[in-house]
Amino acid sequence: MEMHELRSVGRSLIGDHTLTYHQRVARLANLAEEALDAPAVSDACAAALNKRIICDMFEGHAPYRARYLLPDYQLALQQGSQYLELDAPTDLNEALWFLMAMYTQVPSITGYPVYLGDLDNVLAPFTVGMTVGEVVSALRPFWRALDRILPDAFVHVNIGPDDSVMARAVLQLERELKQVVPNVTLKVDPNRTPDDLLLDAVRTVFESGHPHFVNHEMMVSDLGDRYGVVSCYNSLPIGGGAHTLVRLNLAELVRNQTGDVEAFFDVALVQYVELASELIEARVRHLVEDARFYDHLWLIDEGLISLDKFSAMFGVFGLAEAVDQLMLMQGLSGTYGNDKMANELSYRITGEVAALVANRPLPYCDANSGRAFLHSQSGIDSDIGVTAGTRIAVGSEPGVYEHIRAVAPHHYLFESGVSDVFHLESTARANPESVVDIIRGAFREGMRDFTFNLDSNDFIRITGYLVRKSDLEHIADGARHASTLLGAATEAASHVTWRRPKRMVSHERASAPAALFGAPV
Amino acid sequence: MSATALVCDIVRFSSVDGPGNRCVVFFQGCNFDCIACHNPYTINVCNNCGECVGVCESGALSLTSVGDVLWDPAACVGSDSCVSWCPHDSTPKARHMSVPQVLDQIRGPAPFLSGITLSGGEATQQSVFVAELFAAMKSDHKLNRLTRFIDSNGAAPQSVWLDLEPVVDGVMVDLKALDPDTHLAMTGHSNEEVLASIKLLSSMGKLAEVRLLLLPGVNDSPDALARTGAWLHDIDPLIRLKVIGFRCHGVRPIGRVIGEPNPEAMDGYAQIMRDAGMSRIISI
Repeated sequence: MEMHELRSVGRSLIGDHTLTYHQRVARLANLAEEALDAPAVSDACAAALNKRIICDMFEGHAPYRARYLLPDYQLALQQGSQYLELDAPTDLNEALWFLMAMYTQVPSITGYPVYLGDLDNVLAPFTVGMTVGEVVSALRPFWRALDRILPDAFVHVNIGPDDSVMARAVLQLERELKQVVPNVTLKVDPNRTPDDLLLDAVRTVFESGHPHFVNHEMMVSDLGDRYGVVSCYNSLPIGGGAHTLVRLNLAELVRNQTGDVEAFFDVALVQYVELASELIEARVRHLVEDARFYDHLWLIDEGLISLDKFSAMFGVFGLAEAVDQLMLMQGLSGTYGNDKMANELSYRITGEVAALVANRPLPYCDANSGRAFLHSQSGIDSDIGVTAGTRIAVGSEPGVYEHIRAVAPHHYLFESGVSDVFHLESTARANPESVVDIIRGAFREGMRDFTFNLDSNDFIRITGYLVRKSDLEHIADGARHASTLLGAATEAASHVTWRRPKRMVSHERASAPAALFGAPV
Repeated sequence: MSATALVCDIVRFSSVDGPGNRCVVFFQGCNFDCIACHNPYTINVCNNCGECVGVCESGALSLTSVGDVLWDPAACVGSDSCVSWCPHDSTPKARHMSVPQVLDQIRGPAPFLSGITLSGGEATQQSVFVAELFAAMKSDHKLNRLTRFIDSNGAAPQSVWLDLEPVVDGVMVDLKALDPDTHLAMTGHSNEEVLASIKLLSSMGKLAEVRLLLLPGVNDSPDALARTGAWLHDIDPLIRLKVIGFRCHGVRPIGRVIGEPNPEAMDGYAQIMRDAGMSRIISI
């Protein structure tokens, strides 16, 4: 960015009364980073980035903090912290204040922690003998403070798969307070998660859009039992995380290639998976070797994260448009999600990408044997006319059964998360058991992640995070949650609220000036 | 096993036809002719009059050499012009299906279901098929987990329920009216069998739900409702009772002149049932 342009953008940020003070500080920091040279890559890689066939999520030119960190909060509470100058807590109140202090000292790409812990496990030693009501009373001010202190819907709490007073208390507070923060995931295991807890969670979605559901058995088999779901459906090892996320725009790749379908697989896909991997490698090396992020991090010093539990994330998006275009190139009109041949083609694409990523060694990616984690990336606010991840295009989704059948075969490939959002009819409100059946079935049939919403509450799921419709109505005056600004831009660009009526709300996008803002998702 | 049934449609996921998520088989043909019917095209069996053939905009309907109406599902665009046009309260799209054919339709959604519900039309009009279908599900190791329900108008002889008893898990019965004259006016049919069915199914432990579809000014007088509540209470105060307010959607023009009850009226209905001692009331 030229200096005069930088000055101009800086001046307009400082004068933007719709941004809070903290939002301005964050954007000015991103702006300063833009003034630096990006990590060196080949001309081909730079050109692919320039054309946005590959995308660095606008994380910034000089990676100096990991994208996602998942500290071991359980260990921190057990051993206390020299850095925080806090002894190990002895009761629930002390534990909550310990956590709140710690959250302010956990970095991520957003500046806020993306993971607040598996709070039912983390706080279990402090809730022995308590009732749900007692835990709710103790937790309520803490829960409110999370939303006010960490104003960003990418902040994520996990609960489950076992039932507990803490899991019940979290769900009760979500229903009561209807906050944007935190985002919540319930881990669901067919042998451990009782129907009654799942039912409670489904009723909570009716009220607040939270939680998201994850297939615990599948996650454990891929990442081990110490994993967390953070930000927007990014699943990663606890005690580790992801250095960076680079994504491949499959739609743009098809548009830019000149050969036939086989050439797409044999040439273009191979070439661009390598270019994206090159970008990942350059960014990881900068973070680890040049910025030396992990060399001076208290979380490392205290054993709460370790470099060997990190990897990078390789994201894909725009599968829907890529498939439809490749079908047209063969003179076929079938579309992804609604046609058997198109669906088969989509599985071939993700299968090929997975194989290529699994064959590309990367430095400092020990958490996945020196390879990137594959991720179905759910969009940022600047994405226009391209469908998130491996989702079916908004408005083209078939019935829920056909929808699940179409997308489920992708899920096993994406160990670090895949998001499909189902918009259910509001009649489900009178029969939450029907939703429990669908979630159980979806996991039985190989889905990894499951998110649904009804159109009859105040929440819209943008990519994986939630915004309140009532906040969007006043967006011209700004918003306390930075993620709500992104949601507004996404809605304007992509009309996620146009999801075919009768099914769930979900919307995915990023905003036009995203080059500066780097929405995580 | 040789029975076939005339099936109007199969809906893979439904959250409004019994407990949990259910696959619903809609049978074609009903022995009632209710003014408030929400899917009147399931009442009669197609008489091949051919009126619909010319109405179809996608060419999915034709007449065979013997004069039967033939529906081509591949060409159909689902506009339902034929159904709207049909002067006979039927559909050219119902098809004869065997038990294995219906089972094939259930296998895909099965992992997502609590069970299956047979609706219509009136499923018990094809009770031999129902018994065979349910028996086949019960003996299929992948499908026997699913509960087997029937959504019925109750107008079936006792022998039908006795035949189905070993294979059915629950029956949801509509009670249009306790008063014989009101019932006759609403359905064109006596309610003797309906009342006997409710009693019998309750004694069998198979009565999953009684449904009262209430039409303002037709079957919602406080006196009549109080009598209905007392009658149900005598059978079993713990009967799950669903009080449903009439909605015009899907109803034939003759029924649309009836108003829809407002929320206050709905509250009043439920209160009368509570006063009668019924404790499991769902009001929708």
